[in-house]
Amino acid sequence: MSRSTRVDGRIVVRTDRVPDEPARLVDDFTPALIDVGEHHLCPGCGEPVAMRAALEAVAELGVVGRAIGVFGIGCYTAFSNNLDVEVLQALHGRAPSVATGVKRARPDTVVFTVQGDGDMVNEGLQEVIHTAARGENVTCIMLNNGVFGETGGHMTATTVLGQRTKTSLEGRDPVVHGRPILLATLVAQLDGAAYVARGAVNNAGNVARTKKMLLQALRTQIAGAGFSFVEILTMCPTGWFVETQEAPDYLADNLAVVHTGGVLKDVLGAAAPPEGS
Amino acid sequence: MEGSEAIADAMIAAGCRFFAGYPMTPFTEVLEHMARKLPAVGGVCMNAESEIEAVGMAWGAAATGTPAATGSTGQGLSLMQESLAEITLARLPLVVLNMARAQGDYYQATRGGGHGDYRHLVLAPGDVAEAVELVQLAFDLTVRWRNPVLVMGDYYLAHTARSVSVEPLDFGPRPDTDWALDGSTGGTGRAKLVSFLGSAKQRDHVGYDLSDHYAACAAASAAMVASVQPLAECLDTDDAEVVVVAFGTPATYAKAAVRQLRAQGTRVGLVRPVTLFPFPTDAVAGAAEGARAVAVYENNQGQMVDDVRLAVLGRAPVHFIGGLSLDGSGFGIAPDLDVAVLRGRIEEVLAR
Amino acid sequence: MSRTVLTRGTVVIDTEACKGCDLCIDACPPGVLAMTTRTVNGRGYRFPVLSEGCTGCAACSQVCPDFVFQVYKYETPLTVAVKGP
Repeated sequence: MSRSTRVDGRIVVRTDRVPDEPARLVDDFTPALIDVGEHHLCPGCGEPVAMRAALEAVAELGVVGRAIGVFGIGCYTAFSNNLDVEVLQALHGRAPSVATGVKRARPDTVVFTVQGDGDMVNEGLQEVIHTAARGENVTCIMLNNGVFGETGGHMTATTVLGQRTKTSLEGRDPVVHGRPILLATLVAQLDGAAYVARGAVNNAGNVARTKKMLLQALRTQIAGAGFSFVEILTMCPTGWFVETQEAPDYLADNLAVVHTGGVLKDVLGAAAPPEGS
Repeated sequence: MEGSEAIADAMIAAGCRFFAGYPMTPFTEVLEHMARKLPAVGGVCMNAESEIEAVGMAWGAAATGTPAATGSTGQGLSLMQESLAEITLARLPLVVLNMARAQGDYYQATRGGGHGDYRHLVLAPGDVAEAVELVQLAFDLTVRWRNPVLVMGDYYLAHTARSVSVEPLDFGPRPDTDWALDGSTGGTGRAKLVSFLGSAKQRDHVGYDLSDHYAACAAASAAMVASVQPLAECLDTDDAEVVVVAFGTPATYAKAAVRQLRAQGTRVGLVRPVTLFPFPTDAVAGAAEGARAVAVYENNQGQMVDDVRLAVLGRAPVHFIGGLSLDGSGFGIAPDLDVAVLRGRIEEVLAR
Repeated sequence: MSRTVLTRGTVVIDTEACKGCDLCIDACPPGVLAMTTRTVNGRGYRFPVLSEGCTGCAACSQVCPDFVFQVYKYETPLTVAVKGP
C-alpha cells in the first residue's frame, strides 16, 4: 500500500493507520488515566495539556492505586468525572481544606488538587496559604491562565497589568484594579512549603519541564517532606481574545514575564547528595 | 462532667475519628475536648484557620468513609452553609454541631440555611443526658442516609455539669461505605467519584448531567424524610386545655412550669420536639386536638411557631409566648428563663 | 527534480478529534506538519497532515489539547524519495 496520499492537492504521508514498517509506539492518543479523550474545552486550551502531564506523573510514580484528586471549579472541572483516578469534587477555592481532610484521615493516599487561578488565588487564597503553612503533605496544582475562563474571561488576582479581560476592558490598570498576585512566589516563602515550581505548557520543551516539576512535587509528598505546589501557565485564547496559534507567544510575552518559570524551592532536591558521590 | 465534654465523649463513643473546628463561644470547649481526646483514640482533630476550612476538612475526611464531624455556633454555621448544602448533594455523612446562642438558629437549621433544595435531619437535646444519646443517634442516621445531621445544642448544654456515663449505644449494623475513597479503585477502569455534580464517571457522553443527579438526590431526601421517625417528648397532653411547645434547654424550664401548674390542678401539657426536622407534626397535632390553645415558647422572635401552626392547622389558636431574651453578652443566661416567668405566660394564655 | 528525506518516525492522526488549534504546527521541530487548507473534519475543523521527515519526537502529541496524535519511531529510519525542492 502506498505510503503517501493527496490532500488539498498536496502529497502527504498517510496518517490513518499504524505504520507497516517495524516501529515502536512512543506516545499514545489519550493518556491511560483519561477515560474519554473528547472534551468540550476550547480549541487551543492549555488545560488538557497540563492535565495530561499531571496524570502521566501520577502513573509514572506508580501511585494510581492510592491517588485521590481533589478538583476545584473551573473549565478543568470537565475532567473531574473523566479520570481513571479517584476524584473528590470540591467547591470553588475550597480544594486545599478538603485535600487536608482526606490526607489527614488517610495518610497513605497521594492527594493532589487541580484548581484554576480564579479558584485558588481569588476565592481560595486563604485555603492554599494555610495548607502550605501547615506543611500538609498534599500537592496543589494551579492551572494559571490569568482569567476566569469558565464564566467567560474575567479578571483574576493573577491577571497581568495591561491584560484585557471582560472586567478590565482597557487592560488591567494598577490604580483601578491593583496588581497581580504571584502565588508561587508567595507560597515559596512559607516554611511549610517544601517544593514550589512554576511551569507552562505553551511549547513542548515547557511541557517536558512541567512534567518534571509535577514528578518532583509528588515525590516530595510521597517522601512526607511537606507541602508541594506546581503552578502551570496555560493558554486561554478565548479569554485572551487571541487566535489559537498566537496564544503560546501571548503566554510567553505577557504571563511568563510576570509569573516567571522555574523551581523556586526544592527541599528534597537540596537534601539529595550531589550526582556522582 | 460539663456538657461539652459529654458531647465530645459521645462523639468518640459513636466512632467519630475526625473533627475540625474553629473556636467560637459557646462551641469552643467541644473543640478543646476533641483536641485532647481524639488523638488518644487514633483520630484527628484540626483547629482550622476558619469555619469554612473546618467544614472543608471534615468534608475531605468524610469522603474517605471516616466518621467525621464539625461544628460552631450560629455565625460559624452561616459561614459553612455553601459547603453544607453541597456536602448534602455529594451524599456524604457528616455530623454538625450548632452550640447555639439563644434559639434564633431554628430557621437556619430546619429551613436549610444554604442555597438550593436540600434537607438536613436536626436533633435538639433537652439536657446533657439526652445530648449524649442524640449525638450517637446522629452518627448512625448520617451514615444510614448519607446526609448531614445537625445537632442543635446551646450555651446551657455546653456549660451545665451533670453526672452522666457515656455508654456506646447500638443502633444495629451500619451500612457499608463502599462509596468511600481510598485511592484503590484508581487505574481499574472503575475509579470512584464523590461529587455534588454527579456520581458517575462519563463513558459515552461528555460532562455531568445535573438534572439526573439533582433528581436522584431529591428522591433520596424524600425517602429519608418519609422513613426517619420524628421524635418528641409529650407530657400530660391527653387532657390538656393548653399545650406548651418548647425545644432545647428552655423546654426544661417550660416543663417545670407545666408540672407546677398540673400540681395545682390546671390542665396543661407540653410537647417538646426532639427532632426539629422532621418536625413531630403528628405529636403536636394530636396534643392540640381538644385543647383550647397552644402556647409556643422559644428564645427568638418566633421561628418554630411556624411549624407548630402548620401542625395544629387551625385545631386551636396558637399563641407565641416566647421572645428575644438575652443578657448583655448575647449568649449568656436568658433573663426570662425562669419557671415563674413561664408560669405567668402560660396562665395568661389560660385566662384568655 | 527529487531528493531523499530521512524519516525516523510517523504519526497516526485522529482527524475527527482535532479542533483545528494549529498548536502542533509550530511545535513540530522538523516542521513536517501543516494544516489542511480546504478539507475539514466532521465538525468543520481543519486538521494536520504530515510530510516526510518526522523524527518521532512526540512534540506534537505533547502540546495537543485534544489527544489527536499517536506517535511511532521506526526501528530503522526510512530514506524516502520526494518530489520538489
